[in-house]
Amino acid sequence: MNADVVIVGGGLMGSSAALHLAMRGQRVIVMEKDSPGRHASGVNAGGLRQLNRHPAEIPLAAAAARLWRDIQSLVDSDCDVKLSGQVRVAENEADMRLLEERAAQVRALGYEHEIIIDREQLYRLVPRLAPHCVGALYTRDDGFARPFHALTAFRHKAESLGVQYRTGSRVHEVARQGEDWQVVTDRGCVSAPVLVNCSGAWSQALCSMLGEPVTVNTGAPMMMVTERLPHFLDPVVGAASRKLSFKQMQNGTVLIGGAHLANYDMKSETTAIDFIKLSESARSAVELFPHVRDAHIVRTWAGLEAFTPDHLPVISPGSCATGVFHAFGFSAHGFQLSPIVGLILSELIIDGKSELPIGPFSIKRFLDETATGCA
Amino acid sequence: MNAPRELVIIGAGPAGMAAASTAAGLGVDTLVLDQQPAPGGQIFRGIGQAGPAHLELLGSDYQAGTERVASFVHSSADYQPDTAVWSLGADGELGILQRGEARMISARRVVIAGGAMERPIPFPGWTLPGVMNAGGAQVLMKSSRLVPLDGVVIAGSGPLLILLAWQYMRAGVAVQAVLELAPRKNLWRAGLRLPAALRAGHYLTRGLGYLLALRRAGIRVTYGVSDLKAVGNDRLEAVTFRTGGREQSLETGNLLVHFGLVPGIQLTEAAGCRHQWNDGQQCWRPQTDAWGNSSVDGIAVVGDGAAIGGAVAAVHAGCLAGLEAARALEHIDAAERDRLAVNDRQWLQNDLRIRPFLESLHRLPETLLSGTADDTLVCRCEEITAGEVRAAVRAGHRDPNQVKFITRCGMGPCQGRQCGQAVANIVAAACDRPVSEVVPFRVRPPLRPVSIGELSMLESGNNTA
Ligand SMILES: Cc1cc2nc3c(=O)[nH]c(=O)nc-3n(C[C@H](O)[C@H](O)[C@H](O)COP(=O)(O)OP(=O)(O)OC[C@H]3O[C@@H](n4cnc5c(N)ncnc54)[C@H](O)[C@@H]3O)c2cc1C
Ligand SMILES: Cc1cc2nc3c(=O)[nH]c(=O)nc-3n(C[C@H](O)[C@H](O)[C@H](O)COP(=O)(O)OP(=O)(O)OC[C@H]3O[C@@H](n4cnc5c(N)ncnc54)[C@H](O)[C@@H]3O)c2cc1C
Repeated sequence: MNADVVIVGGGLMGSSAALHLAMRGQRVIVMEKDSPGRHASGVNAGGLRQLNRHPAEIPLAAAAARLWRDIQSLVDSDCDVKLSGQVRVAENEADMRLLEERAAQVRALGYEHEIIIDREQLYRLVPRLAPHCVGALYTRDDGFARPFHALTAFRHKAESLGVQYRTGSRVHEVARQGEDWQVVTDRGCVSAPVLVNCSGAWSQALCSMLGEPVTVNTGAPMMMVTERLPHFLDPVVGAASRKLSFKQMQNGTVLIGGAHLANYDMKSETTAIDFIKLSESARSAVELFPHVRDAHIVRTWAGLEAFTPDHLPVISPGSCATGVFHAFGFSAHGFQLSPIVGLILSELIIDGKSELPIGPFSIKRFLDETATGCA
Repeated sequence: MNAPRELVIIGAGPAGMAAASTAAGLGVDTLVLDQQPAPGGQIFRGIGQAGPAHLELLGSDYQAGTERVASFVHSSADYQPDTAVWSLGADGELGILQRGEARMISARRVVIAGGAMERPIPFPGWTLPGVMNAGGAQVLMKSSRLVPLDGVVIAGSGPLLILLAWQYMRAGVAVQAVLELAPRKNLWRAGLRLPAALRAGHYLTRGLGYLLALRRAGIRVTYGVSDLKAVGNDRLEAVTFRTGGREQSLETGNLLVHFGLVPGIQLTEAAGCRHQWNDGQQCWRPQTDAWGNSSVDGIAVVGDGAAIGGAVAAVHAGCLAGLEAARALEHIDAAERDRLAVNDRQWLQNDLRIRPFLESLHRLPETLLSGTADDTLVCRCEEITAGEVRAAVRAGHRDPNQVKFITRCGMGPCQGRQCGQAVANIVAAACDRPVSEVVPFRVRPPLRPVSIGELSMLESGNNTA
């Protein structure tokens, strides 16, 4: 045995789990095939969004929001968090009715964070917005952070508590060895009684090594960023009937995403931007913020992410063997959840249960009982 | 999307023009794109508008361009000037920008002939107004007849240094000094390669001719210079350097620097072509075969964008790539291609004999590549110093892309074109690894400025102008 827990995947989920486990005295090794943050965790849009989450995710997102608000005390860095709110704008009355229904639904669940704002309040919050909008759904304590900085802060804090990262170590086999899991890479093996699968877009491969055949789809959401512009925007802006996320970073650059997907190749682990699709995000941006029309795009990119069939993550113990835990399939909205996901995993591993309602995230919902490779 | 073009050539410099004339002459449907308003590439910049006096002043190499450009213009290739290529996919899909309109076009085959860029080397004071790249200054002279009116110091390494000094001298510019920063020990290394170089001896005679003319005009060329610094408050006031163990200072308002050329690898990187470290030229280059084919099927790269070989070599390599395109597109068969290729292969080989000599003569010392002082800016866009890059490495970010993520070095409007090489060198040295083993900045399109408005109107189709 080399450690108490071995985690596969040095992204935010793996790093957050490592940190929370180390804070409770566990000895942890993180196996990462590339470098920490090389994939989704380092390149995402950094949106801290409770707004418009699936009802099952709301309790987790709310708990995560509390951790982000005081992230400094968790990871000794502010991760460049800016809690300037998120708005989801209505561009017509039909949009507005949808948002009002949503707000009522969230209130009925006992949450107060999503509120309806009228046209006047909206333009006070977002003065440069195109004039046709009629109102919005708004979360005051949402915002954004810088993902690679957050990832690095989690990693450094975890390392300071004794967590070991093995970078450039691709896990290609796992095997039971007595009470332990033996994890095999081309650069040697490690073993531990507990194995955590935080392998992002590669989770399906890991699940099948563990005899739990689930379908995880890969998608590569695309992003673009502009040159620096004079400050004009505080909250993150989305829209009720558009795929768009639009924010101005602290340094003035504007970050535009919109869930349009790039082409990708899993063999080389590379993505290729689909500019025709990306142009839709640009069109939405120009229609909502006409004054950014002449801003130059400095970079476009995409990141590989795991999507589950119902777009909800898997956060649960394994379904057959003991000592297996999963956290994957965040379907392009895992950044905000990452601090709480690590905490949940540490509770599941050490206490055998979590305080948070994670029933909807069980891996069992995807497993065909007869098809599992469980002995 | 419309039917793809048979062949798209990026760049109308010596290599692209030759590839186009050759392929079009064999019946290939050929489209040539160049961001410049006129053909000629770097070396023949502005040649269309040059009168006899200007041609005479710039020398015989430049004059040779008149004919090249004419035969290209008269070929059946479809040439589109003022057209920037801002993305290139492995599938032959190109993003182009023409008169403010962005569109995607596709090609069955692509020849990249995008040329070289001047190797950016950060040194103390390099960002002061008054300090400029020598090649950029030469472009101003070629295309706009602009030359510095007061004195100028030219520093760095490479054949262009002497050429520019000579061209300036003839244009009546006061050249205060030419400072060669390659170490003296390069001389004997280069000497070993002299016998082979003599077989392309016209280059040597021409270079010596320039040197003699400079000497006759009393222009000082100083060898073995180190510790180059540009000093001044708001703009350049003086240049200081060491030579023969002594610190020296020259008052000047203009410092033109040049540290040799490196292939512009953004297009080949974007297309996913494999690259390798070229130790002779101290830079990365795309891997190619004898026909210019890259590791990506259907994409070839020729001229200075493949490896620095100069304009004559670029022409022959361009012809070979044109023949190979005609073969791949089934206009000629392999036997025909090989037959037509005989002369160009021979001339290419002969012409390249000068290169090992030039490369060892102008090999830059490690102090210039990775020894950048901690307080010197490396990334001008985001204002990141060499010290900050080294600190990031110490904090565990042991490759250029991680350094970029954590420091923003290379994330500004130039997209890391200016600092990429320096960061790779500094990171490699800080990790005690050869630079050939580090992964340079990953290229993120658009490779040329495209606005949100332009992208929002993106169209797909081949109906260019
Ligand atoms: C472009 C983009 C924008 C996004 N925007 C947002 C947003 O605004 N807000 C938000 O909340 N979420 C957002 N997300 C989603 C968020 O980034 C992800 O949900 C989150 O980062 C997932 O973290 P992870 O650790 O599971 O995955 P990853 O960061 O992908 O980490 C998994 C790691 O596992 C490693 N690995 C895999 N297999 C193996 C193996 N066999 N051996 C060793 N290592 C292995 C991989 O190399 C990888 O580093 C976005 C995602 C993308 C791609
Ligand atoms: C600044 C500079 C000055 C030089 N001066 C001299 C000199 O005086 N004498 C000498 O012998 N050699 C000189 N050289 C070297 C000489 O230019 C090359 O050896 C020769 O021109 C190589 O030819 P080429 O066709 O490979 O590339 P180039 O002549 O550089 O042609 C490349 C063409 O591609 C175009 N292009 C590149 N990228 C794109 C894109 N993304 N979209 C659209 N178009 C694109 C460029 O506009 C350019 O016209 C100079 C090089 C540089 C960089």
